[in-house]
Amino acid sequence: MLFGYHWNLTSDWAFALSILPMLLKGLVVTVEATVLGYLLALTLGLLLALLRMAPSRLVAWPTAFIIEFLRDTPLLVQLYFLYFVLPLYGINLPAFLTGTLALGLQYSAYTSEVYRAGIKAVPKGQWEAALALDLTPLRTYRDIIVPQAIPRILPALGNYLVSIIKDTPILSAVTVLEMLDVAKMVGDRTFRYMVPLTMVGVLFLLLTLLTATALRRLERRLPQRGIPLR
Amino acid sequence: MNPAVRFRQVTKRFGDLTVLEQFDFEVAQGEIVTLIGASGSGKSTVLRILMTLEELQDGEVEIEGEPLWHERKGGRTVAASEQHLRRMRKKVGMVFQQFNLFPHMSVLRNITEAPIHVLQLPRAEAETRARELLRLVGLEEKADAFPEQLSGGQQQRVAIARALAMRPRVLLFDEPTSALDPEMVGEVLNVIRQVAGEHELTMILVTHEMNFAREISDRVCFFDQGRILEQGPPEQIFTAPREERTREFLRTVLPDSGRT
Repeated sequence: MLFGYHWNLTSDWAFALSILPMLLKGLVVTVEATVLGYLLALTLGLLLALLRMAPSRLVAWPTAFIIEFLRDTPLLVQLYFLYFVLPLYGINLPAFLTGTLALGLQYSAYTSEVYRAGIKAVPKGQWEAALALDLTPLRTYRDIIVPQAIPRILPALGNYLVSIIKDTPILSAVTVLEMLDVAKMVGDRTFRYMVPLTMVGVLFLLLTLLTATALRRLERRLPQRGIPLR
Repeated sequence: MNPAVRFRQVTKRFGDLTVLEQFDFEVAQGEIVTLIGASGSGKSTVLRILMTLEELQDGEVEIEGEPLWHERKGGRTVAASEQHLRRMRKKVGMVFQQFNLFPHMSVLRNITEAPIHVLQLPRAEAETRARELLRLVGLEEKADAFPEQLSGGQQQRVAIARALAMRPRVLLFDEPTSALDPEMVGEVLNVIRQVAGEHELTMILVTHEMNFAREISDRVCFFDQGRILEQGPPEQIFTAPREERTREFLRTVLPDSGRT
């Protein structure tokens, strides 16, 4: 029994059907962790990108170091660090929040590089025309640069969304009952691993395919010349 | 009356390369001046300094008697603040070789963006003016088109309208026809001609269209290695250049007249 559901061991199909509700509970946690982690990555990433491009080296270089550090150390190490070290300094977060924080932090380093590349890819002439028209820097970013960067960065940001979905099982390392952890628990108690693990694979596949299809649709609908922010 | 533009002892370097050295240059108000010379001789740099796209290392630039890169504070001359630069920039407009229209905005919004957000004009007034300018450049019916739907020549005509919409005192043209297919050069030159005729504008052009320079300019300046080697009325420069370097340059760009 798990989450109040009982498993039925009479056949593989019956077993599969009976544990589906448990796995779907785990799937909800997976989706929640994905959405929260991704939103954190998108906002923090933009902030990191802007700091990384700051005219002052005093700001840009430490930011570059933080980005490299987040990108080039394993997610699991970062997660364990947050989970086991933060409490020593009096910061006690629920395991779920620690997990999404770790996901969001590492992916913010990835998205910051996407933002930076997207902004750098806007031709220099656009900055010069904006300056010649005396637009303020804020207006230049808002009306000229960002609208043109969006179609350039969207595909890469979308790939990271799919990628973050696939990284959520790492949360099971800190006792979060997401989909993989649920399946493992079912296996531990019934000694039948093939069915629950296969189902986890299929559910992940459905989730990522669905996401990828939605993203492709969105990309196709965006005009490549840029999107005015209104 | 103050000159529209004055360079005094201006030095500009890119790393080890000195582009302008103790450079002096003046343009009177309403004057149309063309800068000619080989590429790399510093012509475009003069325009880019005026548009504040390039900083200078030494010397002073004035626009209508007011320092551009400096300001006077309490009797002392200090480097210009961003605020000062923004105010001075309003006096200058620029047309680029690559047009640099905003690709995600309609033609009309390309023209109204800065008047609305910089000059704070009401949208309706900005659009009325934009349509008048589009009529001037002969593209009234393209107001709602996007730049990618226009030919290069049409894009450059929109870019001229966009620059005029800010009502600059000085308008700079940086090789406005160099990126165009030959059959489109004429329409852009016609528009520049018309702008020169209808507006009380000071114009500085960098161009390789020698016949056009000869026809439209009050004065032609021949640049050589960061200096103005020779300048004068177009008739004199093109028919009786005093300097050997000028003659040599004109021979290469005007092969027909060069051989006679």
